[in-house]
Amino acid sequence: MCLGVPGEIKEIDGHEAVADFWGVERRVRLDVVGDAVDVGDYILNHAGFAIRKIPDREVEETMAIYESLFGDDVDEALDEIGAPQGADIDLGDEQPAAEPVGESNDD
Amino acid sequence: MTTEVDDLKFRDPEAAEELAADIEAQMARIDEPVEIMHVCGSHEQVIAKFGLRSMLPADLSITMGPGCPVCVTNMPEVDEAVALAEAGKTVATYGDMFRVPGTVKSLADAKSEGASVEVVYSASDAVDLAAENPDEDVVFFATGFETTAAPTAAVLQADPPENFYVLSAHKYVPPAMEVVAEMPDTDVDAFLAAGHAATITGYGLFEEFTDEYDLPVVVGGFEPLDVLYGVRRILEFIEAGESGLDNAYPRGVSREGNVAAMGAIDEVFERTSGEWRGIAEIPEANFVLRDDYAAHSARRQFDVEAVDGAGDPLTEECICGNIMAGTASPKECDLFGEECTPSNPVGACMVSDEGTCKIALEYGGQPDL
Repeated sequence: MCLGVPGEIKEIDGHEAVADFWGVERRVRLDVVGDAVDVGDYILNHAGFAIRKIPDREVEETMAIYESLFGDDVDEALDEIGAPQGADIDLGDEQPAAEPVGESNDD
Repeated sequence: MTTEVDDLKFRDPEAAEELAADIEAQMARIDEPVEIMHVCGSHEQVIAKFGLRSMLPADLSITMGPGCPVCVTNMPEVDEAVALAEAGKTVATYGDMFRVPGTVKSLADAKSEGASVEVVYSASDAVDLAAENPDEDVVFFATGFETTAAPTAAVLQADPPENFYVLSAHKYVPPAMEVVAEMPDTDVDAFLAAGHAATITGYGLFEEFTDEYDLPVVVGGFEPLDVLYGVRRILEFIEAGESGLDNAYPRGVSREGNVAAMGAIDEVFERTSGEWRGIAEIPEANFVLRDDYAAHSARRQFDVEAVDGAGDPLTEECICGNIMAGTASPKECDLFGEECTPSNPVGACMVSDEGTCKIALEYGGQPDL
């Protein structure tokens, strides 16, 4: 999808981080984010890579927009980040069982 | 009060109606048909999902151009991936590519026949797959525009395992916009450019385009109000007879873009001419690995045999290419919703969540009864 999904950085280890997306944690790479990112910052995730640090002043507004865009169905957003629904993923865990249909790579 | 870009905070029905009323008044003053092309599957999803076309005057059309990277991935590129899988490599790719038909078969077909094909969520997952399976050659069939090209570049820069290879089908959108703008059959008056691709590239790169083609370009976001605001901004340019450039998505896009991401892309990839499925040979729009990364290039390291076979005769009838060029709509295709459905797609436009046909079938493709 062209649509990046915002998440909050919870842990950082070099270029690798864990971000929280509406309660689901997912690995996110920071190689190409282009800004210094700290724990607590929000990033726009695209196919497992942060492509933008969301400026602090825009975090609240951005999250509200995404929540309204996804409506009450946050599952759609979780699907965007490739998360198995209802489960947390930590660094080092096995990948979720791949579901071929419905994942997107598009920009 | 006029709705301005800073006011686009929430999904506000009043603001949407106000913008729609503005657009209607603009179209009345312009007094001739206007065609706006967007180049992003996510734009199409928002437009279709929220019924935005029904809010707009009949003489204002918004069509989707070549904005679905899966759809423009050329059939021989799929064939290369299938051939590598059948030659015993493990092919990792994004979920959208899995069922896209090649000349004879898709990666899904190859997997069902015993080839090793894995769906991954990110480029780094493909690298992990290679690291976990050092005895296998893992080929990442890398597709997508700038937003996924940057991650592919990043994993190649990060010293991946020797058994990790990339089969790049990455594509760069701006040259395709030029080709579409030049097509005699298309009559595009302006472009609504894709927000998150421009997060990477910056919107400044469209300056040359607006000058050369004398067409307005406005970068738009993915909230319904973002799209309506972008449309109104485009019509302001058209009404004034100008070919301007504006950023209607300042929340996500800057003029210079993500310099680090573009730097990674430039270091790892060069751009070559290549065929975009069903559209045209497009100059400097295909990302291929530079010589420095030849050790990880699947095309350099493996002999990829050309496919053998006639393919599916139905694909001859598929008008996916015309649809992506904006010269035909899904409903003009005889196969749409009949032989070609999301569960049994003939063309790539029906496979991807971003494909014009799949979106049309999902949100507006029901037959008129």
